[in-house]
Amino acid sequence: MIERIVNLGRVGIRICENVGRSGWMLLNSIARKPDFKHGFSATVEQVFNEGILSLIIIIVSGLFIGMVVGLQGYNTLEKFGTTQALGQLLALSITRELGPVVTALLFAGRAGSALTAEIGLMKATEQLSSMEMMAVDPLHRVIAPRFWAGVISMPVLATIFSAVAIYGGFLVGVKWLGVDSGAFWSGMQSNVDFRIDVVNGIIKSIVFGVVVTWIAVYQGYDSVPTSEGISRATTRSVVYSSLAVLGLDFLLTAMMLGGW
Amino acid sequence: MHFSRRDRIIFNNVNFDIQRGKITAIMGPSGTGKTTLLKLIGGQLLPDEGTITVDEEIIHRLSRKQLYRARRKMGMLFQTGGLFTNLSVFENVAFPIREHTALNESMIRDLVLMKLEAVGLRGARDLMPSQLSGGMARRVALARGIALDPLLMMYDEPFTGQDPISMGVLVKLIKWLNDALGMTSIIVSHDVTETASIADYIYVIANGQVIGQGSPQDLQQSDSPHVKQFMQGLPDGPVPFHYPCVDFEEDLFTEQKHD
Amino acid sequence: MSKKRGMELMVGLFMIAGFLAFAVLAIKVSGLTDFHNGATFVVEANFTNIGDLKERAPVTIAGVNIGRVRSIHLDPKTYKAVVTLEINKSNDNIPVDSTANIFTAGLLGANYISINPGFDDQFLKNGDVIENTNQALILQNIIGQIMFSLKNKK
Repeated sequence: MIERIVNLGRVGIRICENVGRSGWMLLNSIARKPDFKHGFSATVEQVFNEGILSLIIIIVSGLFIGMVVGLQGYNTLEKFGTTQALGQLLALSITRELGPVVTALLFAGRAGSALTAEIGLMKATEQLSSMEMMAVDPLHRVIAPRFWAGVISMPVLATIFSAVAIYGGFLVGVKWLGVDSGAFWSGMQSNVDFRIDVVNGIIKSIVFGVVVTWIAVYQGYDSVPTSEGISRATTRSVVYSSLAVLGLDFLLTAMMLGGW
Repeated sequence: MHFSRRDRIIFNNVNFDIQRGKITAIMGPSGTGKTTLLKLIGGQLLPDEGTITVDEEIIHRLSRKQLYRARRKMGMLFQTGGLFTNLSVFENVAFPIREHTALNESMIRDLVLMKLEAVGLRGARDLMPSQLSGGMARRVALARGIALDPLLMMYDEPFTGQDPISMGVLVKLIKWLNDALGMTSIIVSHDVTETASIADYIYVIANGQVIGQGSPQDLQQSDSPHVKQFMQGLPDGPVPFHYPCVDFEEDLFTEQKHD
Repeated sequence: MSKKRGMELMVGLFMIAGFLAFAVLAIKVSGLTDFHNGATFVVEANFTNIGDLKERAPVTIAGVNIGRVRSIHLDPKTYKAVVTLEINKSNDNIPVDSTANIFTAGLLGANYISINPGFDDQFLKNGDVIENTNQALILQNIIGQIMFSLKNKK
């Protein structure tokens, strides 16, 4: 019994330690006077690696998720004879929830794991150490551009996801199942509020972008520099960021609906 | 200088004196903290007690900014080379120059080609590090290490895992660079013959202590059992062949306990 | 260098795609077309009962949307609901003797405010109060009244 409590305490201490260390790492890498000469082009390069390389998976899953929501929604609404509310149902569920959350989960799997593995590998092959010995801080040169690129890419990807998903729902609902096109769009427009639904969805995705990339770069930077250590770090990165996204989503939704 | 890590004492009251312009070798069996020593000199780790002085600056008391300035005077060749895998050979060597100077592109090009010529890899400038053999990668890393003409060059196990030809090339390069550029070199290694052939002074460390020091000739003739075992590569001696355990016979006849 | 340019071009296109998607969400999905921010004026109306009226509910004249409800609070002295309306500047010709009603969209829909224009030459200005109001129709009250009058007839 005592042993259990001791274990719990140990886990708690480790969590605090990790949160502290990762926060310190993030602070050190982004809190400094910006270096536009190197920083900008390095960030552009990372937006390519994280954002554009995730684009295909985002577009394909967006299309399919929109189509599925359209199909399910139609079949449910049909029972009440209100299929013209399909546009509203689709747009609200996607802009508020599915867009930011599914994008963040896919991003964690596609870009987050790649980030962790890349940084872990750089650590294992002494690239980070040798950078440090060349009097270049790897936090500024390696971590910061990757972090910013993730924060930039996530809302862009989430917006693209939402737009594509709504188009997918439109294809199924209007083109295939024959919901009236006018009713579809006008029902959507009169019930989706720009500030409450669209902007809040984007705010969510920015928060997810910060959290997912933060976890990914920290797990890479803190990994044990062996092949086993890197594979563990990659798994941890995906698991932790997925859990963090789902947990934060609940928190953010509660805050937004609570009118904070 | 005293250094311990997680209750394990790695260096216990050791004192190294590295002479300017000479090649000093630090040798010892695996796991005696030779790499740790280089990291201490580079300021990546901090000692528990004592001081590390490089060019009249106490490394571990410097502020972050001063430390970074001091590191520009140091070059380090890592065990695996530590080349940036996403940059070409040329860009790897150009990296420290771009970082710390404001030279224009054509001057950077001249400098990089000069450094690559020195290690004989001018023709490989457009290759990516993944296309290089281990020996070539180390030579590129060496060119990058000397890109800013450091005062102090540190080599971490430069000969490990190299075929005899690249080993010979590296030995020649280290010696030649040291003499031509007037650098101070520290080699950390356990390859006795190669290191002894170029070092001016050798420290042998084991169990956190300096167990022998002197010129290569002195050490070859040393009669300390530790040094003798190490320099001549004897399998058994003060460093035992067997991992410490109970007597073999006793072990064989003890019945296995099942639990 | 051309590889780098290509990459930068892709990133540029990526950002443009993001903005386009944002524009689609803003205009096509949320129907955000009135961009004239601040081009509104504020009037108040006091109701005896606002029923189920919510903030951001539409304000209409003859069914055409001309603004929305900004805030609702209770007047502590008169126990009336003070509803602040935000009306687009382009509709600055509402007579002062107009009537504000609270209607329900459909049988079970959300409540909204409908303004019945009066005949006065003077128009509502920023900060004015609409004097004539009709409270929301509360279904329970109506049923109660009908029952009461039916009983009285007997």
